[in-house]
Amino acid sequence: MHRREWVYGWLFLTPALVFLFAFTHYPAFNTILGSFFSTPRGRKPAEFIGFENYRDLVADEVFWKVLTNNFWFALGTIPISVALALVMALWVNGRLRGTTLSRVAFFAPTVLPLIAVANIWLFFYTPGFGLIDQLRSGLFGLPAINLLGNSDTVLGAVIVVAIWKEAGFFMIFYLAALQSIPPVLREAADIEGASSFYYLRRVLFPLLMPTTLFVSINAVINSFRLVDHIFVMTDGGPDNASSLLLFYIYEVAFKYWQTGYAATLTVVMLVLLSILAIGQFFLFDRKVHYQ
Amino acid sequence: MNLTRRRVPEFGVMLNSVAMWTLAILWALPLLYAIWTAFHPAAYETRFVLSAPLTLDNFVKAWNAAPFARYFLNTFMLVTMILASQFILCTLAAFAFARFRFPGRSILFSLVLLQLLVMPDILIVENYKTIRALGLVDTIVAIGLPYIASGFGIFLLRQTFMSIPRELDDAARIEGCSFIGLLWRVYIPLARPTYLAYGLVSVSHHWNNFLWPLIITNSVETRPVTVGLSVFSAVDAGIEWSVINAATLMTSGPLLLGFLLFQRQFVQSFMRAGIR
Amino acid sequence: MTCFGKHFAMAAAAATAITIGTASSALAVELEFYFPVAVGGAAADTIEELTEQYMAENPEIEIDAVYAGSYQETVTKALTAARGGKPPQLSVILSVDMFTLIDEDVIMPFDDLVETDEDQAWLESFYPAFMENSQTGGKTYGIPFQRSTPVLYWNKDAFAEAGLDPETPPATWEEMIEMGKKLVVKDDEGNVQRWGVRIPSSGFPYWLFQGLTTQNDVILANSDGNETSFDDPKVIESLQYLVDLSQKHEIMAPGIIEWGATPKAFFEGQTAMMWTSTGNLTNVRDNAPFDFGVGMLPANVRRGAPTGGGNFFIFNDADDEQKAAAFDFVQWITEPEQSATWTIATGYVAPRPDTWETTTMQAYTSDFPAALVARDQLEHAVAELSTHENQRVTTLFNDALAAAITGTKSPADALAEAQQKADAILEDYR
Repeated sequence: MHRREWVYGWLFLTPALVFLFAFTHYPAFNTILGSFFSTPRGRKPAEFIGFENYRDLVADEVFWKVLTNNFWFALGTIPISVALALVMALWVNGRLRGTTLSRVAFFAPTVLPLIAVANIWLFFYTPGFGLIDQLRSGLFGLPAINLLGNSDTVLGAVIVVAIWKEAGFFMIFYLAALQSIPPVLREAADIEGASSFYYLRRVLFPLLMPTTLFVSINAVINSFRLVDHIFVMTDGGPDNASSLLLFYIYEVAFKYWQTGYAATLTVVMLVLLSILAIGQFFLFDRKVHYQ
Repeated sequence: MNLTRRRVPEFGVMLNSVAMWTLAILWALPLLYAIWTAFHPAAYETRFVLSAPLTLDNFVKAWNAAPFARYFLNTFMLVTMILASQFILCTLAAFAFARFRFPGRSILFSLVLLQLLVMPDILIVENYKTIRALGLVDTIVAIGLPYIASGFGIFLLRQTFMSIPRELDDAARIEGCSFIGLLWRVYIPLARPTYLAYGLVSVSHHWNNFLWPLIITNSVETRPVTVGLSVFSAVDAGIEWSVINAATLMTSGPLLLGFLLFQRQFVQSFMRAGIR
Repeated sequence: MTCFGKHFAMAAAAATAITIGTASSALAVELEFYFPVAVGGAAADTIEELTEQYMAENPEIEIDAVYAGSYQETVTKALTAARGGKPPQLSVILSVDMFTLIDEDVIMPFDDLVETDEDQAWLESFYPAFMENSQTGGKTYGIPFQRSTPVLYWNKDAFAEAGLDPETPPATWEEMIEMGKKLVVKDDEGNVQRWGVRIPSSGFPYWLFQGLTTQNDVILANSDGNETSFDDPKVIESLQYLVDLSQKHEIMAPGIIEWGATPKAFFEGQTAMMWTSTGNLTNVRDNAPFDFGVGMLPANVRRGAPTGGGNFFIFNDADDEQKAAAFDFVQWITEPEQSATWTIATGYVAPRPDTWETTTMQAYTSDFPAALVARDQLEHAVAELSTHENQRVTTLFNDALAAAITGTKSPADALAEAQQKADAILEDYR
């Protein structure tokens, strides 16, 4: 019986494992390996160069700029989109009027491809006749502002688009979690005379921890992944002020064709992601309150 | 005490309502703008006068300018292929993890979990080399291959399978069911909400996917809608928002409609899938 | 995989069968042709029409014209396809990518395909300004096709309103500043409603900037593509002029200015003058709700402009029949009649003098003299910035320009750094 289980176990697992290894583990390993080689050019093959790529990385100011940007991008998108998602879910789950329409409005960004909506946001941000400026000058008489063409504001503008894109998606997870919380808890809190805020903080929040963990890990991954809009809106500019790590990797690999250096950059991303995700698991594990 | 308790909730309700509506309108603005420009001529891209004439010209232009029908077909085939393969592969793997005991089980499961972080989206350079070695560059299959073994799918299904009572197993085995039969008759039907939830996540992700398809496809026969749209809007002369937004609506329309029709099921299935 | 593999295999087999069946000779030479064209109907359609026409006249050749996106996307696609073992046989690619294409060993010189005296004469029949980015090492690698130069468009109504002569654009840098100041319109709160001039700087600011440097009589890179002069004092001067337009004279919007929104801004009256490609001519003609003029860019030390746009390149990973067919197609499409059709549909500059002599072009230009501006400017035009590892060098130059325009670095600092970095990259090629 035992032996059969072995065989079956491995048999069932094999197809998935083959693809996993081929497209996740093998490339990840190869990336790490490739980061120690130079880029092949024309007829010259790749040669082993040890840590030279890493030395170039450390000396590359664009890399540090991009890394800093990604850090701010993560800091901007993760807490805000998770918090907004919870707020949206609470609203939509309640007994306010217009929750159905609101739910559609919040979720709509999820089904619109980022590359498509980037053009719309580009219009919003266009100085002068863009929507934001029209509102600013029409309602407040303020001068035109160039949000995308200014190194100080461009990253913020890009962050807004990312938050807009993902908050609604996370809302669905919170919504599902909220709907599975037994109403008896709310009734008990009411009887005890607890305020809504108290209920939120002491009862709901801890119960929602597993969802929050799940959603935050997704948000972390998204903070590295969501670069589509940069292609359309800023192309990484001005002067790399809105460039993110994955976007830079694309540029280095497919615009400059420096595959060796691209591998090095990818290794950095892999390391960062692992640290962040594992760190999150540990952090939340202590606070998670399973039913 | 009673009076304050009655008044505060009302005020709170109003505040919350207004806040919710405001945020909802803000959130819907891009879509509303897309609808506005798609149905009005280019001269009204920046002018929001209610008396502007309606037109379907932009849709006609967009449809004629790029083979969106083909792009649609490509995306549809891609998403279907990925979903079907994911269901099969992840079901088998999740079942193995949930029900069989074999050496290396925990190590392999952690390797699977690794895929949650190390997504194919990140490994574009290496995956491109693999696809090239396989001779599959510029095929629809190649767009999907890196994604069909999904760590997320395996994880979800394993969780669901683990919560199915063993007695059902034994009951089915007594009736002479093989493992596959057991899967087919018992586990899969019971995990339907999970499949639905996961399916929706997967479809949404792959419908929207841009970077990897951009790199791996070159021709019209393989380009999905997202790449088609970006190629379409790469402009030397100037951005024609009305036409681009018409194209955007055409390509996102189906998915949006799908959500509008199925949103209740969507949320419910998430709930039952135990994604908490 | 099998289900779709079968579908594709069957469809491909069917398609091939039909193609072979309808071709009048037994074997059709198949060519895949990547092209980057702005979509808006006219341009992409014209390519399709021209390709169809050629195929009708040459039934033994099948050309699949594939729209590959922007110039950037097209070169990425072509190189990606080449590395994947399935390159196109010919493609229109940005002329300045020539060095990269040669370094990656994917293109061949047209000289190798020249057989007759007529071929040779054809090879030499293009405007020299366009050939500067098409030749190196004594060989011709690219054939000009959709080439352009930037020109100055101005809003005649706005000029009249400001008390300027609507028929006279600024001819010098000083005049542009003076006229710009008169053209700026502010509302009651002091916010600018209309700027004097608009020189876009998003994405690839170096192109229009080259206009300024040429007008200041300095060249950015040598013809071997291995040395740049980014920190030359005249270049710094040109950048300072550009930066001053918004910071000092306040006739241009501050910060990075979006290319894509420029024609719209012009139509909306947000700017009285704009610098942009002559390729926008037809678009402006069709959509400007006012009388507009087109003129050469203003001079400083001299008149000047960069050339721009795409050349035809033939890939060397093709069999001899395909190369011969591609060569024939390129010759055909650059013939005066076809070139005239293309120019009229898009506004790109016809790259051969004899095209301008055709009756079609004569009729067109007498009706629409603006089309002649770019051609006349050719005598003052120089090669577009092009070096080895072009993408890297151009990008770091763009970054430097962006830094100066947004005020994060001074022009001198930004350019000095850019020169340092460019030297580090180009050292290997000297």
